[in-house]
Amino acid sequence: MKKLLILGAGTAGTMMANHLRPKLYLNEWDITIVDQYKTHYYQPGFLFLPFDTYTENQVKKNGKKFMPKGVNYIQKKIEQIFPEENKVELEGETLHYDVLIIATGSKIAPEETTGLLGPLWKKDIFDFYTFEGALALRNKLRDWQGGKLVVHITEMPIKCPVAPLEFSFLADSYFRKKGMRDKVDITYVTPLSGAFTKPTCTTALNYLLKEKDIKIEIDFAIESVDNDKKVIVDYAEREIPFDLLVTIPTNMGDEVIGKSGLGDDLNFIPTDHNTLQSKDHENIFVIGDATNVPASKAGSVAHFQAETLTDNILLYIGGYPLKKEFDGHANCFIETGNNKALLIDFNYVTEPVHGNFPFAKIGPLKLLKESVFNHWGKLAFRWIYWNMLLKGIAIPFVSRNMSFKGKVFDIKPDTK
Amino acid sequence: MSVKTIAGVELKVSVDGYLEDMTQWNEEIAKEIATELGIELTPKHFEVLNYLRVKTIAKENLTIRGVGKSGIVDIKELYVLFPKGPLKFSSKIAGIPKPTSCI
Ligand SMILES: Cc1cc2nc3c(=O)[nH]c(=O)nc-3n(C[C@H](O)[C@H](O)[C@H](O)COP(=O)(O)OP(=O)(O)OC[C@H]3O[C@@H](n4cnc5c(N)ncnc54)[C@H](O)[C@@H]3O)c2cc1C
Repeated sequence: MKKLLILGAGTAGTMMANHLRPKLYLNEWDITIVDQYKTHYYQPGFLFLPFDTYTENQVKKNGKKFMPKGVNYIQKKIEQIFPEENKVELEGETLHYDVLIIATGSKIAPEETTGLLGPLWKKDIFDFYTFEGALALRNKLRDWQGGKLVVHITEMPIKCPVAPLEFSFLADSYFRKKGMRDKVDITYVTPLSGAFTKPTCTTALNYLLKEKDIKIEIDFAIESVDNDKKVIVDYAEREIPFDLLVTIPTNMGDEVIGKSGLGDDLNFIPTDHNTLQSKDHENIFVIGDATNVPASKAGSVAHFQAETLTDNILLYIGGYPLKKEFDGHANCFIETGNNKALLIDFNYVTEPVHGNFPFAKIGPLKLLKESVFNHWGKLAFRWIYWNMLLKGIAIPFVSRNMSFKGKVFDIKPDTK
Repeated sequence: MSVKTIAGVELKVSVDGYLEDMTQWNEEIAKEIATELGIELTPKHFEVLNYLRVKTIAKENLTIRGVGKSGIVDIKELYVLFPKGPLKFSSKIAGIPKPTSCI
C-alpha cells in the first residue's frame, strides 16, 4: 500500500482529500489527513463577525463533515516533518509517506511586533484574523462609544490582502447605521504605497476612501506599539494615535515548518510557482497559504491551485512530467459597505481590469465596479464554500487559469 | 520605459525611474541616483546595495524584514540610511527593479 499524507485540513487540505480520494484506487493508495482542530472555520466570515452580520455558528462546522469516506482523518498536532526520511512526527505517533502535501496555512504572529501583546491587547487592540479575535472585537464594538479607530497592516504578505480595507468600509457603514459615524474617526494604515496592493486598483478605487471619509497613512512600517501613549510608532518615528486599534499582525507559516527546516524567514515554503512542487523535495507538494508563491493568500486561489495540483499529483505518481499550469489566478470580492461589493480577477502578471464576469458582455458580475450583485456574490461565497469548494466541486464557468474574455484593459496604474 | 543619461551613461529606466537592466549599473550611477534622492552614499550604503543586488541575482524576494536580518543593518539603521524609502530608494539606487509587494 502506498501512502499519501496531507498536513492541514483547512480549505486547501480538505479540497485535496476530496479531489484525490475518487482518483486513487482504494487498494493502492492510503490517504491520511492531519489537523490539530476538530472545527473547520470559514475564515472569510471573520470579516463579518465583528459587525454582527454573521453569527458564530455560521462560520464554523465540524471538519469531519467535509471528509470523504476512505480518508483517515487524524486530530493531532504535527510536531515535525523529516523530509529526508519521508516521515512526519505527530504527538505520540509517526506517519510515513510516499507523497506529502503540505497545507498548513498561515496564521498571525502578534509576538513579532514589540508592544502588541501589551496591556491593551484584547482591551483596545484587536485582530479579526482569528475566530477568538473577531469575537472579542464584536463584543468591544457593540458598546464602543467612538473615538479614533485605526485599521492597520503590519507587513506583507497577509492572507486575503483586501480584508483590512473591507473592514474599514464595513466599519464606516456600521457606524453610520448606528448613527454615530460623526463620533468615529477612521484611519487606514498600510506599509504599502497605496490602499491596494495592485496599482490599477488604487487608481480605480481611491474614490471609495474619500467617499467614506477614511483617512489613509501609507509607507508605515511599524516598529512598536506604545501602550501608555496609545500610539503606533514606525521605524522613521512617525506616530499614529488610536483609541481602538484593529491590526493585522505579521502573518507566518506554522512553526512546524520552521522547525522542520522547510521554510523561509516567515516559515513559508519555497514552492514552484506553476507546478506547486516544493523546490527542495520532489515528493513534497505545497498548496494554499503555506507556499511562498507570489499569489494572493486566499481561498479562491487555493481552489484554483487544487485543480492543478490534483493533476500534478496524478502525473507525479504515474512518472510523467508535471504541468506548469498554475498562473496565480485570484478572484476576490471586495465588500465596500452599504450592501455593495466589487469583484477583482487577476494573476501573477495581469493586474485587475474592468469588464464583465464570468461571461463577456453579460456578466452578471462587474469587475472593479461596485454593485449589489457583487455583494450577493460575496454572501453566496459562504454557501459555495461549505457546499462546493471544500468538496472539490468546480465552480461553473470559472476556470483555473485567468480568462481574458470580457475584460477591458483601460486603466493605467498611478506611478510615483 | 524611457532613456535617461546618468553619470554619462545612457540607461533604460522604467516609468518610476528604476533601471531596466541591472548589469548596466556601476557605483557612479548609484551616487548620482542617490544625490537626486537627497542621499549621500557611504561604505555602509554600498554594503546594503551589494546585498540587494546579490539577492536579486539569486531571484530572492526582497523585504524590509529580510534586509533587517541580513547581518548588515537592522531595520532601524536601514531607515537611517534610506529615510522615507528603505526598500524603494535602496532598490532604485542599487539598480534593481522596483520591489513588488506580494498580494
Ligand atoms: C478575515 C479573513 C477574511 C478572508 N476572506 C477571504 C475571502 O473573502 N475570499 C477568499 O478566497 N479567502 C479569504 N480568506 C483567506 C482564506 O481563508 C485562506 O486563504 C484559506 O483558508 C487558506 O487555506 P489553507 O488550507 O491554505 O489554510 P487554512 O485554511 O488556514 O488551514 C490550515 C490548517 O492547518 C492546520 N495546521 C497548521 N499547523 C498545524 C500543526 N502544526 N498541526 C496540526 N495542524 C496544523 C490548521 O489547524 C488549519 O486547519 C480570508 C481570511 C481571513 C483571515
